Amino acid sequence: MARIANRFDPRLARRKMVGGIFYGVFFAAVLVSIISLFVLLIQTAVEGLPWLDFDFLTNYMSRKPELAGIKAAIMGTLITIVFTALFTVPVGVGAAIYLEEYAPKNRLTQIIEINISNLAGVPSVVYGLLGLGVFVQLMSLGKVVLAGALTLGLLVLPIVILASREAIRAVPNEYRLGAFALGADQWQVIKGAVLPSALPGILTGTILALSRAIGEAAPILVISGLVYVTFVPGPLDRFTVMPLQIFTWVGRPQEDFRSLAAAGIIVLLIILLSMNAIAVLVRNKYQTRSED
Amino acid sequence: METTASRTGDIDTGRAASGRFRRGRGSSVEGTIVRWVFFGCALISIFTTIGIVFILFGQSIGFFREVSVWEFISGTRWTPILKPTSFGVLPLVAGTLLVTVLAAAVALPIGLTTAIYLAEYAPDRARRALKPFIEILAGIPTVVYGYFALTFVTPQLQRIFPDMIVFNALSAGVVMGVMIIPMVSSLSEDAMISVPRSLRQASYALGATRLETSLKVVVPAALSGIVASFILAISRAIGETMLVTIAAGATPRITANPLESIQTMTAYIAQLAQGEASHDSVEYKTIFAVGLLLFFMTLALNLLGHWVVRRWRQAY
Repeated sequence: MARIANRFDPRLARRKMVGGIFYGVFFAAVLVSIISLFVLLIQTAVEGLPWLDFDFLTNYMSRKPELAGIKAAIMGTLITIVFTALFTVPVGVGAAIYLEEYAPKNRLTQIIEINISNLAGVPSVVYGLLGLGVFVQLMSLGKVVLAGALTLGLLVLPIVILASREAIRAVPNEYRLGAFALGADQWQVIKGAVLPSALPGILTGTILALSRAIGEAAPILVISGLVYVTFVPGPLDRFTVMPLQIFTWVGRPQEDFRSLAAAGIIVLLIILLSMNAIAVLVRNKYQTRSED
Repeated sequence: METTASRTGDIDTGRAASGRFRRGRGSSVEGTIVRWVFFGCALISIFTTIGIVFILFGQSIGFFREVSVWEFISGTRWTPILKPTSFGVLPLVAGTLLVTVLAAAVALPIGLTTAIYLAEYAPDRARRALKPFIEILAGIPTVVYGYFALTFVTPQLQRIFPDMIVFNALSAGVVMGVMIIPMVSSLSEDAMISVPRSLRQASYALGATRLETSLKVVVPAALSGIVASFILAISRAIGETMLVTIAAGATPRITANPLESIQTMTAYIAQLAQGEASHDSVEYKTIFAVGLLLFFMTLALNLLGHWVVRRWRQAY
């Protein structure tokens, strides 16, 4: 007791002053993040906006900065993400349904769950090596859109599963019991009662997972290297994506190419921010509906 | 929920089951098929892990036939492309650790204090105004942080350190620190929010100030979550690729001087992937050996992080 009493400083005014100083320190820490964000956005805007025009969006890559555009990368990202979604959404939601609605409490289920949380922490460049080994070489797909899309699909699968599980878990159990009481079997309960009510949550998580996939450059770099694409790729063509195109431009020593990179970043961030905004809108709509 | 074959006896056609309600749970053929399909979806995550291990080991074996494991993990020279070739991975590990330490020095204190502010101090309105910005910071692609480090932070740092070269560990490390602040702050904040109110109320009742309550009651109670957030953020820093490839250089060397150009394990993989090395050559197989080491380092940290949460979680 004596030790505790010694550590207790009776000077309240002093302690309050220390508290006030630390309040400032804590708030300053928050400001570090926010100021960094704004400096980053302003730096990018100042350097990139003069280069951002209609031609930039519709031109292919060029060795002359003033003629270079980002069309091949935008189209590459678009088609890659479509195939990523086609793979990862059904598989991710299916796995989430299994784990929430069907899975018995046994060792295998436990292993699957631990495995998913570990996969979420595997570096993206390792997924690139996986894609290179499995899709490009073993399955002989080549360094094409499909190989990249499947790799990104595996990369974001844990995010889709975790988000979908949360959405499914949030469905009140009364919905299930009500449907069972009407004579529905398990699959009918899931199809008719659980999924419709979990859909907004699943959608929000999926959009956020796909926006993560859009920003990933490392796995695509490992799979396909740097390519000079001057066409709109199909699923079995060589391709590039927006972050990889930005990386190519950042790496050039000429000042103009760095400005092009900044212009590309603006386009990329606009796409990502609008996807985030859509996710927030979906979430808000869902929240207000469940309240009434 | 049992879906046993013996109970499917009362079914005329599986197709009809979707149209109308049937007696009993899980008794339709469709229901059984669907169940197995979902099970297959869940198994894909297991196959992903097996695939990663299989590919990394399988490709590394070819490499370790030509270079001994001991030379790989204890060698201090990494010159896989230049002759005379040498395959000691320590310079890449040292580069990775240097950048990671710098990032941790930025992200751990700032992330934790951000979390304390958001969980203990911020009024509701401030919280709701500030959190979206931190979430945006977390959603920015790493290639953008690379651009930011190279074109903005490096020139600013060069004013302070005039002889610092363009590609350096310091700039990449500091920016990576900013990048992982959201990870530290959001996980730590979650841990602090789940500390029950009664502990705080007891602390205030004893006459403690808000600072004393935060640092001496809430932080210790949330320590497992906070430590886990540190570990997971460090693991993320070790595995980060594009930022260090752009800003930290391509010079494998063992140094503790952050003003020098270095190369991390991830940046080496990215560098080699850009070239057109033949898929059968030894230097090509190095990326799988380095990837294997990277995979195990991050896996160990992630397991440790999850273990800390489970082992030391206070049950309230």
